Amino acid sequence: MTPSNQQYNQFKDQLLAAFRANEERLNGESKAPLHQLRRSALQQFERLGFPTIKHEEWKYSNVNSLIRQAFDIDGASSISEADMDDLQIPNLEGNILYFVNGQYKPELSRLVSPADHVQITSFADALKAEPELIDKHFARYADYQDNAFTALNTALANDGVVVRVPNGKTVEQPIILRFITDAREKNIASQPRNLIIVGRNAEVTVAESYRTLGDRSSFSNAVTEIVVEQDARAQYYKVQNESDAAYHIGTTQVYQADNSHFYSATVTLNGNFVRNNLNIVLNGQHCEAFMYGLYMPNGRQHVDNHTLVDHAMPNSYSNELYKGILDDSGTGVFNGKIFVRPDAQKTNAYQSCKNVVLSPNASMNTKPQLEIFADDVKCSHGTTTGKLDEEALFYMRSRGIPKDEAKTLLMYAFAEDVLSQIKIGPIREYLEGVVQQKLAM
Amino acid sequence: MLSISNLQASIGDKQILKGINLQINAGEVHAIMGPNGSGKSTLASVLAGREDYEITEGTVLFEGEDLLDMAPEDRAAAGIFLAFQYPVEIPGVSTTNFLKTALNEIRKHRGQDPLDAVQFLKLMKEKMKLVNIDQSLLSRSLNEGFSGGEKKRNEVFQMAMLEPKLAILDETDSGLDIDALRIVAEGVNKLRSPERATIVVTHYQRLLDYIIPDFVHVLYKGRIVKSGPKELALELEEKGYDWIRAEAEAA
Repeated sequence: MTPSNQQYNQFKDQLLAAFRANEERLNGESKAPLHQLRRSALQQFERLGFPTIKHEEWKYSNVNSLIRQAFDIDGASSISEADMDDLQIPNLEGNILYFVNGQYKPELSRLVSPADHVQITSFADALKAEPELIDKHFARYADYQDNAFTALNTALANDGVVVRVPNGKTVEQPIILRFITDAREKNIASQPRNLIIVGRNAEVTVAESYRTLGDRSSFSNAVTEIVVEQDARAQYYKVQNESDAAYHIGTTQVYQADNSHFYSATVTLNGNFVRNNLNIVLNGQHCEAFMYGLYMPNGRQHVDNHTLVDHAMPNSYSNELYKGILDDSGTGVFNGKIFVRPDAQKTNAYQSCKNVVLSPNASMNTKPQLEIFADDVKCSHGTTTGKLDEEALFYMRSRGIPKDEAKTLLMYAFAEDVLSQIKIGPIREYLEGVVQQKLAM
Repeated sequence: MLSISNLQASIGDKQILKGINLQINAGEVHAIMGPNGSGKSTLASVLAGREDYEITEGTVLFEGEDLLDMAPEDRAAAGIFLAFQYPVEIPGVSTTNFLKTALNEIRKHRGQDPLDAVQFLKLMKEKMKLVNIDQSLLSRSLNEGFSGGEKKRNEVFQMAMLEPKLAILDETDSGLDIDALRIVAEGVNKLRSPERATIVVTHYQRLLDYIIPDFVHVLYKGRIVKSGPKELALELEEKGYDWIRAEAEAA
């Protein structure tokens, strides 16, 4: 039953029909717990519907132009290795996995780490081969009750990656997940789903990179669940450099146990409409979580970062720095929530969001939300949104640096603060190049 | 070298410079003194091209060229340097990187080849000695977290690197203790040459014990009300500015 406040939406109908068609093809599996869970997620999606700007969490991010479009959802692509030339990141080494329109492409991918250090499987293969593992972790962290897009992904996702790092192992080479949307011929929607489990005292670096080919519309609805077990360390980067017709809605859900360390950077350079949710539950003592972010909407681009740090246990530390450069008619949103639960005494939680608005038509909405229920904690937050520092600009010009170059140098230094946090050299250099190009425009 | 005639400038509705006339030749050091609010820093800023001010009257010629028509970066390339009263902190840009960009831009403007990393470092090492500045300071973000003295030394260091024809020191002595003052002044003196000129803007006479001016001008309410040899500075030190005020009001 559709609630009366929801209008009929063709895209929603298409997604529901796809689920049901798929269900009919299942035999005994439809009774399996996994399918029951997916069905419940679908029902939740059906109930919630796509959010409107009346929804508090979507107040400044209107998905109307997304959901009015028609998308191809079957994932087919005629992509070949030659088509990938423009998408290469120079000098990149490590385990590099390609996903085209959401589907894993083993023929384009390269795994280099020894199997006893890390197990990397496609999500589609894991669904078939390891139902117990999927049952144990899938959708156990990323809540779909209140988020229609996570519910949709949970119901429909059929590929992505499952990464497991056994206890005590350090994965030397990074794992780089390259999600390519081939929108050269049709509008494409995909639902990538990733599960990353870092065992006790293990360590891994994972990067997700999103790119598009062609200029038709694309929609990636991605969900990544990350479990960082006791004493484990995870570095996680999300890098978005998509087309001006790309929509991206993604949730990264992190669950940390005692003494674990999670370090993240989310860099959004291009895309028409981007919404990133980064939710971290610090469910252990002496955990550390770092969150860095950089976004640079120009043209008519829109970038929305929602972060949530949930301090559930005592003695943990979180630190967050997000930075934005907004130009033309670009718009940005930062919503940073910090929960400190009654048990989470001796929490240290810091948050900062700094923005430079370069054009009178660009705008930024920031909303820090601290909800603190413990009394012995140190928490701080601060957001600033300002124009380019004219005094600094004059200082540089008075030394002979032309205005445009001075502006680029200033903004690059502002961005570099976040870029320098990325420890995968070739990815950092690639991003630095794109940032410089974008600033010089 | 520099010829200022009837220069008038305002900020908003407020007129600050009310007709400045000043002639500066190569090799000369001119001190501009005056009470707070007399327009000293405005004059320095207007010469460097700060855009907050509106020029309502007058002309400024630098080596025969109309200075007021030039962008700040073009003035720097032409050979004008302003040592800031309050040097700006620029996070994320090291002094080294900043200066290399600036120097090579100026060289480009003059039709010279850019310096490569080795040549630049060699030049830097040489100039560092002039102001006794430490290498580690120069690899840090420009002026960020620098003490007052370090900032001013960095200004003189930049001046030494860029070798301007006309250096304008805006209250370079403010906030300096006597040792820092001496180091900064020595740096400036070492750069004195028959081809270069310096304008020293200051409220107090003490800097002029170290940088000996050829001429002293007293600015009051936006006009130069008195000019004289270096002894004028000592007289001001002794008697304060009240007699200047009285003379100016009477005139």
